[in-house]
Amino acid sequence: MPQAQGRIPRMLGGFMEWVDARFPATETFQYHASEYYAPKNHNFLYLMGWLATIVLVNQLLTGIWLTMSYIPSSDGAFASVEYIMRDVEYGWLLRYLHSTGASAFFIIVYLHMFRGLLYGSYRKPRELLWLIGMVIYLALMAEGFFGYLLPWGNMSYWGAQVIVSLVGAIPYAGPGLMEWLRGDFLMSGITLTRFFALHVVALPLVLVMLVFVHFVALHHVGSTAPDGVDIKKFKDQKGKPLDGVAFWPYTVTHDIHATVVFLFLFCAVVFFAPEMGGYFLEKPNFEMANPLKTPDHIAPVWYYTPFYAMLRAVTYPLFGVPAKFWGFVVMVAAIAIPAMLPWLDRSPVASMRSKGMLSKAMLAIFIVSFLILGYLGTVAPSAATTALAQVCTVLYFAYFLLMPWYTRVEKTKPVPDRVTVP
Amino acid sequence: MIALSVVWLSSAGFAAEIDWPMEPMEPDLENLPSLQNGLRLFTNYCLGCHSLRFQRYERTADDLGIPHFVVMETVVFTGQKIGALMTTAMDPEKAKNWFGAPPPDLTLVTRARSPEWVYNYLKTFYIDDTRPFGVNNKVFANVGMPHALFELQGVQVDTCKPRVKGCYQLAVQEGSGLYSPEEYDQAVYDLVNFLYYVGEPARLERQRLGIFVLLFLVILGVFTYLLNREYWKDVH
Ligand code: HEC
Repeated sequence: MPQAQGRIPRMLGGFMEWVDARFPATETFQYHASEYYAPKNHNFLYLMGWLATIVLVNQLLTGIWLTMSYIPSSDGAFASVEYIMRDVEYGWLLRYLHSTGASAFFIIVYLHMFRGLLYGSYRKPRELLWLIGMVIYLALMAEGFFGYLLPWGNMSYWGAQVIVSLVGAIPYAGPGLMEWLRGDFLMSGITLTRFFALHVVALPLVLVMLVFVHFVALHHVGSTAPDGVDIKKFKDQKGKPLDGVAFWPYTVTHDIHATVVFLFLFCAVVFFAPEMGGYFLEKPNFEMANPLKTPDHIAPVWYYTPFYAMLRAVTYPLFGVPAKFWGFVVMVAAIAIPAMLPWLDRSPVASMRSKGMLSKAMLAIFIVSFLILGYLGTVAPSAATTALAQVCTVLYFAYFLLMPWYTRVEKTKPVPDRVTVP
Repeated sequence: MIALSVVWLSSAGFAAEIDWPMEPMEPDLENLPSLQNGLRLFTNYCLGCHSLRFQRYERTADDLGIPHFVVMETVVFTGQKIGALMTTAMDPEKAKNWFGAPPPDLTLVTRARSPEWVYNYLKTFYIDDTRPFGVNNKVFANVGMPHALFELQGVQVDTCKPRVKGCYQLAVQEGSGLYSPEEYDQAVYDLVNFLYYVGEPARLERQRLGIFVLLFLVILGVFTYLLNREYWKDVH
C-alpha cells in the first residue's frame, strides 16, 4: 500500500488498521472484490446473478413494508391488500414493486440458468455451485407459491388448491398428508396463516442464507468465460489473470449500468403495465377467494406454467395409481433433473461455442419445448394441446437423458487459450 | 316506431362463452365531468344494492374534484361520515333471497372483468318474460339483477328471429326511456368510466410518477454509461 498522505487519509488508514486487527475487512474486500477476477469478455447473460440480487433486495424491502399493513386472515387479507392499494401512502407502489418483482425474479433466474446451460457453468469444478443454485431455485418456487396465496384472491385460492391436491393423489398417505399440509379439511384461514409464516419468515431466511453460500462457492471457483476458457491459466507476475478484470471497480461499473437499464424496463412495467395483460396479476385474483366459485379456467402464474403443462400432459393411470399422481411425479422430476447436469454432460468442452451441432440442436429444442410448455400451461387443455404438451415433455427430458450420448459422439472445436473480446 | 341499434362485431371480449360482439370502451380518467356523472349515476341507481367497500367517499370526492359538502349532501345518504367506505345499506342475506345471488361488490369489477365487459353488460339488458325480473342479458345470461337503468334506457328488445345464428340486434322502443340512445350510451360510458376509476384510484398518479421515474433513469443511465466507459477505457 502506498503511504497515505495528508491528515484525513492518515486517520482513515489508522482506522482501517484498527478494524483489520479485529475484523478481516480489508482482506475480505480484496478477496471478494478488488482482487477477485472475472473474465473480461462477460456478456449480457452474465449480468443475471447481480440483477437477481437486486431483485431479492427489492422483494425483501417491499415485502417488509407490505407486511406492516397486510392482515393474514381469510376475512382480512383481500381487504388489506386493497387498503394498501388505496389508503397506505405509496402502498400501490410497494405492492406493484413486489408483484412485478416476483415475475422479474423468475425471468432473471431463468436467464441465469440458461447461461449455465449455454456455457457449461455446472461443470467441474462448479458442481456444488450449480447444486446450491438448484436449491435456491426450489426455494424460490416455494416462496412464490406461498406468496401467491396471500392476496386471497380467487385464483390464489384455487391455484393453491390444485397444487396441494396433487399431494392427495399419492397412494395411501396422500389424503392424510394433504390435510396435514393445509392444516384443515379445505383451504382456509389456517392454510393462509401458515403460508404467510413460510413466505415472510422461513423461506426468505433460507433464501438469503443460500444466496450467501452461492456467493462463497462462486468466489472460490470463479466465473466461467463464454468461450470456456479458464482465465486462471495465464497470469501476470503479480498473479492477476491476463484475461480477467477485478470485480472492483470493473465488474461493479458494468453492473451499475446494467442495474439502471434493468430498472428502466422494470419500472416501465411497474408504472405502466403492472398487470402485464393478466400474466403478472391474473384477472380472477381481483375477486376475493370463494370456495364455492371455481374460476372458469385455473392456471398458475406464468413462471410455473411449463411444469404445470407437463403435469397435465400425463393422462395415463399406471399400476392402478391415478394419472394425476404420475403427472405430479413427472412435474417434480422435470424441476429436479437439471441438478443432474454436471454428471450428464460428458463433453470434453464446456461452452456451446466449442460444442458440436448435436448439443446446439438439443439445447435449441429444449428451449423451444420449454417455451411451448409455458404457453400451453396458460390455456385450457384440449386434445391437441395435450398431445403437443406430451411431445414437448418428451423433448424436455430427452435433452437431459440423451446428453451423456450426444455430448460424447459429436465433434467439438478446440477451446482457445485466451478469451475473445468482441 | 322502433329505432334499430345494430351492434357490429368487434374484437374485444372477456370469456370465450360470451356470444355477443363486444363494443369497445376506452376509459378516460382525465374527463372529470364524466367521472362525476358516473358517481352520480352510481349513487342513484346502483349503491342501493352494490357496495364499493374498498373505496372511501372522501378519496372519491378529492380525486373527482368535488367539494366534501357537495358529496355529503348529494351522495352520502346513509348517515355515514365522509371518511367512510362506500358500502350499501342493503342486508346481504335479504339480497340473496331476493335475487338468488347477493349483489357482488363492484370496487374491482372492471379489473376482474374489464371495462368493456361492464359497458356491454349495462347496454344489453333486453326484455325476456321467462326471467323473474322480466329481463335477460346478452353478456351475462340469466343474470339475477334487474335492469337498474330501465327508466333511463326504456324497453329494449331482441329483434332477431329465434335461433338465428350470427344475428346480434337489440332495439329500443322510441320514447320508452328518459334518455335517447346516444344519451344512454354516454350515461353508461360515464358510469363505467367511474367504476374504472374506482378499480384503481391511484392509476393516474402512477402513470404521472412513472414518467418522472423513467426520465430520471434515462438521465442516470447516461452517467452510469459514461462512468462504465471511463473505467473500461484501460481494459484491452
Ligand atoms: C336491485 C338490486 C341491484 C341494483 C339496483 C343493481 N344491481 Fe347489479 N347486480 C345485482 C345482483 C343481484 C347481481 C348478481 C347477479 C348474478 O350473479 O346473477 C348483480 C350483478 C352485477 C354485475 C355483475 C358482477 C359480476 O362480476 O358478476 C355488475 C357489473 C353490476 N351488477 C352492475 C350494476 C350497476 C352498474 C348498477 C347500477 C346501474 C347495478 N348493478 C344495480 C343487483 C343489483
